Amino acid sequence: MSAAPAPRSSAAFRAVLRREFAGYFRTPLAYVFLAVFNAFAVSLAFFVGGLYEAGVASLDRFFLYHPWLWAFLAPAAGARLWAEERRQGTIELLLTWPVTVWQAALGKFLAAWLFLACALLITLPVAFTVGWLGDPDAGVIAAGYVGSLLCAGGCLGVAAVASALTRSQVIAFVTGFLGCFALVLVGYGVFDELLSGALSSGAVDEVRRLGLWRNLEPFTLGLLDARPAAYFLSVAFAGLGLSAVIIERR
Amino acid sequence: MPLIEAKNLRKAYGPIVAVRDVSFAVDRGEVVGFLGPNGAGKSTTMKLLTGHLRPDAGAAAVAGRDVTEDPVAAKRNLGYSPEGAPAYGEMTVREFLRFAADLRGLDDAAERVRATLDLCRLGEVAGQSIDTLSKGYRMRVGFAQAVIHDPEVLILDEPTDGLDPNQKHEVRRILKDMAARKAVIVSTHILEEVAELCTRVIVIARGEIRCDEPREKFLARGADLNAVFRHLTA
Repeated sequence: MSAAPAPRSSAAFRAVLRREFAGYFRTPLAYVFLAVFNAFAVSLAFFVGGLYEAGVASLDRFFLYHPWLWAFLAPAAGARLWAEERRQGTIELLLTWPVTVWQAALGKFLAAWLFLACALLITLPVAFTVGWLGDPDAGVIAAGYVGSLLCAGGCLGVAAVASALTRSQVIAFVTGFLGCFALVLVGYGVFDELLSGALSSGAVDEVRRLGLWRNLEPFTLGLLDARPAAYFLSVAFAGLGLSAVIIERR
Repeated sequence: MPLIEAKNLRKAYGPIVAVRDVSFAVDRGEVVGFLGPNGAGKSTTMKLLTGHLRPDAGAAAVAGRDVTEDPVAAKRNLGYSPEGAPAYGEMTVREFLRFAADLRGLDDAAERVRATLDLCRLGEVAGQSIDTLSKGYRMRVGFAQAVIHDPEVLILDEPTDGLDPNQKHEVRRILKDMAARKAVIVSTHILEEVAELCTRVIVIARGEIRCDEPREKFLARGADLNAVFRHLTA
């Protein structure tokens, strides 16, 4: 054997990304997750949203429930990011290997986001069904999928912070869910009424801009708007950055 | 230049000072036995040397690289097995070692994995998930990930804990074979390990170094090493 080789900064990141992504499929939990996501996404769209009865070749009723789905399922997928490393003690191993906290955090985060993208991908038959039943605008549907994926990233950012704070996946999940739940509630009428008692109408409007649905809605209408995209990416990468800082200062 | 250097390391957890003003250096070819009672500061010192913890004061360097200022370069030359040999339990032994090799950017990762499986005699469990292994095998997996890149510096926190006498002998044999090319620190509670494996002994108690001397001098302190240990750590 020879001495340690020269650095290749991307090797560590890629290794973490590959391990984490494959890690989701090493246990049956991933398949349960994918099945649950698919079942809920389709059921909510058809049975609650009345996608079929509406008689419109559009997926807006399908995407309407995605903030709720991601608020629940992104923390479920993201709970393991750091909490599991802490529980198993492998965080000591990982962070004494030649990888920076930021490389590890980014690799883990992107792997989880990729996993959520897989969950979203298996709902494509819904889009094909709508295409078969009517003549939907493919661009609008594609924009909806882009928006949903960005929304998932935002929820994952919240989940990453929750996971960095504890060694218990259950606590990470509950904390992450509560954080995402708050972002779902923002923008709903009932929540606005509660806020309007304490804040000015201008402030309530500003708070409303932080809601998940408020930012997802333009995508479901076919608008690839920079502002909501920047919102989701800001939440995602702020969460990623904060989780890395928490781990670095552990 | 020493391969491991600790300069006035200090680390406190709240009001409890775990390590205070610890300094030593380890050269190539040395195997240092790190002895001390539970809670003496051995593991904390190792965590400071490996960059897992940041010192409140002082500095640590591995192969001439400061572990706080230049952590990735320092860790590239470091093999570390933490206490209890934690590992990703859902991975197989082969997958885990391949991950360790890939993360370190080893070009000949597949060959390194094969050689390390042979070296640590893990071939027969290579396809088994780590969760299903006995403690002895798990410890060997922890050792294997620490040596897969043939580092200049090895830091092993109780590497023979829980092993049966044959397995202990095997780990010590591998370490002895490697020792001439490396600087090694081994923390242990097993005093016989000092005589069999180490070239030098550092005894730590209440966060302070109580003794730092060559093995022969340590062994000459008395025939009853347990009594020597009790006296030094009192």
